[in-house]
Order: sequence, then structure tokens, then C-alpha cells
Amino acid sequence: MTITQTPSAALPENLNSFPKLLERNANKYGSRPAYREKEFGIWQSWTWTEARDEIHALACGYLTLGVEQGDKIAIAGRNRPHFYWAMIAAQIVGAIPVPVYQDSVADEMAHVMENCGARFAVVQDQEQVDKLLEVADRIPELKQIVYLDPRGMRKYDHSALHNYRDLQAKGREKRKDFDAEIKRRADAVTGDDTAVILYTSGTTGRPKGVVLTNNNVLMTAKNTCEFDNLTENESILAYLPMAWVGDYVFSMAQAMWAGFCVNCPESHDTMQKDLQEVGATYFFAPPRFFEGLLTSVMIRMEDASKTKRKMFNKYIDHAKRIGPALLDGKQVSAGDKLKYKIGQALVYGPLLNATGLSKVRVGYTAGEAIGPEIFEFYRALGINLKQLYGQTEATVFITQQPDGEVQADTVGVPSPGVEIRIADNGEVFYRSPGTFAEYYKNAEATAETKDSEGWVATGDAGFFEPDNGHLRIIDRAKDVGKLNNGSMVAPKYIENKLKFFPDILEAVAFGHERDFCTAFINIDLTAVGNWAERNNIAYASYQELAAHPEVYGTIQNHVEEVNRSLADDPRLYDCQIRRFLVLHKELDADDGEMTRTRKVRRRIIEEKYAPLLTALYDGSESIFIETEVTYEDGRKGVISATLEVRDAVVVAPSAQKVAAE
Amino acid sequence: MDGSSPITAEPDSYTTEDGRKIGGVVMEMKNITLRFGGVTAIKDISFDIREGEVRAIIGPNGAGKSSMLNVINGFYHPQEGEIWYLGKKRGPMKPYEIARQGIARTFQNIALFRGMTTLDNIMTGRLTKMKSGIFSQAIWKGRAEAEEIEQREKAERVIDFLEIQHIRKAPVGSLPYGLQKRVELGRALVAEPSLLLLDEPMAGMNVEEKEDMSRFILDVNEEFGTTIALIEHDMGVVMDISDRVVVMDYGAKIGDGTPSEVRNNQKVIDAYLGVSHD
Repeated sequence: MTITQTPSAALPENLNSFPKLLERNANKYGSRPAYREKEFGIWQSWTWTEARDEIHALACGYLTLGVEQGDKIAIAGRNRPHFYWAMIAAQIVGAIPVPVYQDSVADEMAHVMENCGARFAVVQDQEQVDKLLEVADRIPELKQIVYLDPRGMRKYDHSALHNYRDLQAKGREKRKDFDAEIKRRADAVTGDDTAVILYTSGTTGRPKGVVLTNNNVLMTAKNTCEFDNLTENESILAYLPMAWVGDYVFSMAQAMWAGFCVNCPESHDTMQKDLQEVGATYFFAPPRFFEGLLTSVMIRMEDASKTKRKMFNKYIDHAKRIGPALLDGKQVSAGDKLKYKIGQALVYGPLLNATGLSKVRVGYTAGEAIGPEIFEFYRALGINLKQLYGQTEATVFITQQPDGEVQADTVGVPSPGVEIRIADNGEVFYRSPGTFAEYYKNAEATAETKDSEGWVATGDAGFFEPDNGHLRIIDRAKDVGKLNNGSMVAPKYIENKLKFFPDILEAVAFGHERDFCTAFINIDLTAVGNWAERNNIAYASYQELAAHPEVYGTIQNHVEEVNRSLADDPRLYDCQIRRFLVLHKELDADDGEMTRTRKVRRRIIEEKYAPLLTALYDGSESIFIETEVTYEDGRKGVISATLEVRDAVVVAPSAQKVAAE
Repeated sequence: MDGSSPITAEPDSYTTEDGRKIGGVVMEMKNITLRFGGVTAIKDISFDIREGEVRAIIGPNGAGKSSMLNVINGFYHPQEGEIWYLGKKRGPMKPYEIARQGIARTFQNIALFRGMTTLDNIMTGRLTKMKSGIFSQAIWKGRAEAEEIEQREKAERVIDFLEIQHIRKAPVGSLPYGLQKRVELGRALVAEPSLLLLDEPMAGMNVEEKEDMSRFILDVNEEFGTTIALIEHDMGVVMDISDRVVVMDYGAKIGDGTPSEVRNNQKVIDAYLGVSHD
């Protein structure tokens, strides 16, 4: 089965690279803000003309360092205008930017740098410089490092280290000499040249470098800006990791294409406040953001006065009934509309304002399944929250939901220009203008993923809803397994059902080639901690709280509720969780248990916690385990715990099923 | 320190292992003795603090460390001995006069205004620098406004430096202990002191908070060239971050020197580990 959207027209010749877009924006939107960053408590801003000046100064600075065409420049830092400039400046001098996750440990960073052979790096601060110096002998190619924050850098040997601003100053001095060279190099960049190399988060194995061309990213930007009618008037908050394809597409490609303003938060911890101040109109967040926000709203409402709580509940109930219909432009009675208006004045408006989402015109979530109740909650409040489905290899967009056709359990129709095919085994394939050129220096992996006709395997299993043509994703194709009795297991499907409970942060389900299904569960410290506080339950650590009998009881109720809902599904009733345990530590990317984008690495967890897994299946009631943990600075420690293993009640399948067996 | 300071490099100024130049004497304590009634808290102690160094005062409980800091701070007036600060002999002074002279401090048991925000607490550190009168402050015109903007900028730089942007508007009473300590450091720092006194900056902190705090102390010293005198319990931390250490026991000085010298001093080892009396 293949579904195709009409292919869109090619890129205009004068807009097929970032240097050209920068020129256009500086000429067309010159005095409009291009970048903002909160620093020293104030929003500092740069217009497109000012941004062009900064970027050119840096490009000239690159030339003084001897950057050649085709060189790779690694970029590691939190979202700051300076790093977006570093990427654009790289393309101006014909180099290729390679954003790196700034929270990756030295070894991961070394792998990326080794693989791409970066000769230069632009990094945030001492921490990043230290990491690079630590692995210097593994990356002999790296010649020069530019750092943005001079703090703590005084004592370093500066023969190969440069302050970002000093480099810009040097560039400004040499501006005249380099003008011709800059122009020559910028003009030489075409649509077929590599725009960026992005390393996949590596759910399986070592990260691979995904090579995206200017045509890939800018065609995608063009198509998707048209799809959602994004213009220069949008405003976004850039807070997701710069090395992630999403941030690259939203804050670089779409922002440059449409000419809208990119706002950078003051620090990681102020994001929520900054979002409120900026009033973003276009907003992307992973489901866990929306979950976390809803949890915190609910916690605060629990603490609110009785009147407020009553008012909140009354109007939220009304919004849940009417809101989505209003958003989709369906018919609603005048009385309901009026009540919704009152609710808006009393509850929804103030609530949205507090969450910083009041101006969001187009909101997206993706990456994981979002709980239908959470999704509907935001839509009920009037936020146009939609879902998309994508991956790095597709320059994000594969499918997305058009306005007015939004559902919690599908991921929408193919994005403009994207063709989708469902293979016989249910795996989803796509072909699009955004389809990546290759995996860098890995022809073998490229050939495995992309066939000669340009079709790319997503690795996900899914199908098109027959009635509306929306794609629905079930699970990773390779994760869908079979129990020993032959019935199907979709672990992620079970995990998602568990994770929809606010108390459960993460879950890992097992069942493939086993007799029944089991699960590891991570509690959500915010939600459970608040509950403990309200119920006078004392705890000293995460571990203690997780092992508390009452917490276990609550989790057991959740598991059993999931079992009840699974029992209704004729295909999945055998997936009910017979036994489970609550883990003594949070699954963490630093320990390799999750990817940097916080997806669980099933196989690693299976290996690392093998004794726990055995305990789940051999009937023991408790199990002792020692786990190695990695602290943020790379040191290691060991925590040990005795975990309780519990049995959950399994609901009998419906009558006719039993008869069939 | 500005160039006009009366300090001149002395022959025994030294260079630290990590290459920082330590200048002349900022403060010199000569034969200080402090008594409370019949109790002698400090017995005839002399030492100096040099420009740009991290100077630690350590000792077991009740050794007289906090009293020493209060003497430096001008809160206690020693019965005997002289204090020379910036080349001048210092007579008895009120604490605010000391503050104006460029000595700022933090406290062992956090002394912040709990109901005020982080920002407001830090702004109070600038009070000694504000000159506009109560009237112009009230009508908020001219000098008062310009001054407030200037002070706010200084405060914001400190907030940025200490990475506490996210709690800028939070009442400090609601903050965890480690952050309160950081706010307190911020308040002392914003006064742009030439001598910063830290009273047990790591007390009650966990390992991670201690590491953060050590980092900040070193950064303050390096970035602003601030001279720091600190009292600390945690030997490991002291040995890692200070250039020279004074060791006190029962009110007397039993050791003075670089961390490695002090570590090998038999008297110090005895004072910390105890000694058998047979």
C-alpha cells in the first residue's frame, strides 16, 4: 500500500543554501529580530542585519584559523544564538557543521569527532574543552577549539584555544581582506552540498552520522512552513538539544526559511519561565514535557483552595467536552460556547498563561506516544497541539496532522512531498525530498537502510487507518515479539499504557520468547514525592520511596488497570503483566540505559539487570542487586538494593476467547 | 585590586603551583589575643593574608576559628595585638565600616533575608555602594533610577556567574540549603570585596554541592582576583582549594604553610587524629 502527497516544486536557485537565506533575510527582514537570548536577566536581541554582521565576523574568524572548504566543525553547547551563528558561518566558508550533544560523555564525543574527522570545534565552556582535551590523543585531527564562555579558561594553554568573541574581533579586523574569499566560498555552496551531519541518538549500537544536504533540509523547511503557514511572525523557543534533528529543522532550517525569531532560554532550568516571557507561537515538545507540565498543574491544584479546585474541575470538564470540537471547527451550541468563553476568562486563560503556552498557534509533539488524556487536555484548553512522526534520516517529517484532523492515537497524513509504503510485515517505508544522502563513512549501513530507489525503512510497524488515511504506529518492528505460546507482544504498547499514569515515569516490558509478560517500573519522583508529602510518608531517597510498600501498592493498582484494558483487546490479552518490580534507580542516559533523547535501550537494560529479569520469571519474592551508576562528571559509584517482586492480578480474557482455547 | 592600592610586592610574594602570582600582604595579624572573661579564645596568633590567595583557617571543633574570623571581620576586638589592613593599622571599628573597607563575608548558619527573593538579597550586598538619598529613592527619578540600574547589572552578573538564574525571583527561605549558601556567596561577592571571608562554606553540604561550591570559590579567586580567607571543617576540601593554611588548636596556632607542609606537620596530625598519652 502506498500513499503519496503531491511532490512540491524544487527550490529556487537563489534560496538553496543558508548563506543565501541569510542574505535574503537581512535584506528583507533587516530590522526584525532574528535571535534573542536572555542573559543577565534581560532579553538581548539581534536583528537579521546584526545577526549577519556577527555571522560574517565569525566566518572571517574561521578563515584566520585556516578553515578549508569541506572541513567539519563540531559544535557543542546549549542553545545559544552564537552556536546557530557558528553553524551558518561554517557553511559560509564552505565547511560542514556537526552539532554534538553537549551532555555526552568524553568517550561518546570522541566517537563522533573521530568519525567525522572534525578539524575544528566550537564549544560552550571549560567543561566541553576539558572533555575534548581528555580525549585529545584519540582525535589527532582536531586542530583548534573555540570556546564561548571564558570563565575558568585563563590558565589553559592558548596555542590551540580561542575565545569566540576574540575570534570574531579578529575576523572583523580582517573583514576587507577576506571579503572576496567569503563571497567566493558562499556562492560555491549549492543545494546538493552537505548542510549538516547529525548523529543519531543510537537506540542500537554506535551513533551514525546522518548526512543531510541543503536540498534535504530546505525543501523540508519550505514544505512544512507552507503546510502550517509559518511566517516571519512566528516566535519559537530553542531549548531542545542542538544536536537533535528537530532543533536543527525548527531553529535553523524553518527559522531561516520563514525568517522568524529564535529565542534562547537563559539556562536549562529557566526554560518554563522563558517560554512564558517569549510567548512562543510555534512550539515543539516531546510528550514527556506535556506530561510533566500537566502533572505539575495537577499537583498545584491539589494544593489550591477548595473554591479554586471546584472551579478548575468544573470548567476543565466542560473544556474536555467542548474544546476539541471548537478547535476542529465543529458545530457547538451557543450555550456551550458561552460557558467555554467564561471558562476561558476564569480558568483556561490564566492556566495557559502560567504554562507559557497562551500564544501557541501551532504545537507539535512526537518521539513517543502521548497519553490520549494528556493530549486531549491541552487541546481542550484551545492549544492547537498536533502530532507528527519522523526521524533524523527523513529530516524529521514523515507524517503530520493537518489542522482540524487531529487524533490522539495516529500520527497524521504524509507530509508534503512524502511517499509512504507499508510492507507486508507492517513495516513503514518512506521516500521524500528530505531523505538523507547517506550515513557518513558507512556505505554498508546506508545500503541497509535506504534501497536503490530511495525508499527508507523506518523500523516501525504501523498501518493506515482505513477511514481517514492517517498513519498509526504500533511499535518498533523488531521489538514486536512473540510469547512462547505464540501470541503477539508489543512491549512499547504496554509500556505506553503504563506511562500514561502520572506516577510512572518509565516502564520496560518483557515477554518475547518467554512464558508471560513482566515489567520494570520507574516511579516519577515529582508525582510520587508530592503524594508522599501529602500523606506524611517520610523518605530519604529515591530508592527508599520507590521501595515503599504503599508506593508498590499504588503501582500494582496501575498495573492491574492496564491488565484490565489489555484484556479487552483480542490481539493483546496475553500481554497482561503477571509480575513486576519497581526499580531502585532512575534509568539514565549517563548509565547507557537510555538514549540522549530518553528512549529506553531495551537490550542494555536486559543485560544489565539480568538478575532482576531472572527473578521476575523464577517466582522469587525479592532479589538483591548491585548496580553501577555514572555521575555527571563521569565518576562511577555502586548502589545496591533488595527489590520486591510482585504478582499482579491477571484478568481472564472474554468468554469466547476461552472457548476458542 | 586597583593599582593605587598601597600594597607593594614584597620579596616573599610567591607563585602558586598552578601559576598564579600571589602579591603582597593584604592583612596582617600580629600577636592577637582574644578573651571572653576568663576564657582565652585566641592565644597570641600571628599570620598574614596575601593578595590573590586562598587562605584557609582550619582546626578541630572549638579551636577558635570562628572567633578568628570575627576578629578579621571587626566584630570582635582583640584585647592584645594589632591588625594591619592594606598597610594601615586598624583600630576598633563598627562592622559596617569594615564592610565599606572592602571586606565581605558569609556566615556559617546562613544569614539571608528569608522572605526576600534571591535577587533582592543579592542587591542588599550593594547597599554600601548606593549614594542616592531616601527622598530621591522614593520618587524614583534621576540618580536613584540610574543607580538602581547600575546595581542591578552588577547583581545580574553575579547571578550569571553563580548560575542561579532559575531562582532569581524565588524567596530564599524556600530554597534548598546548598542554593542558599550560593546566594549568600553571591551577596558577599556583589559587594566587590578585596577580601572575602567564608565561614564554613561547605558545612552541611553533600559531595556534589561541595564540589560545586569549591568550583565557585576557585572561580571567584581566579576570575576576579579576590583574596579569600575561609574557615573549613572538611580537610579534603581545604587541602584541595587553598594556597596556604593556618591550623589552630585550643586557640593557638600550631601550623602555617602550604597544604602539603601542613599535612606533614606532626602537631597538626596529633591535633586531628589525637595522640596517645602514655
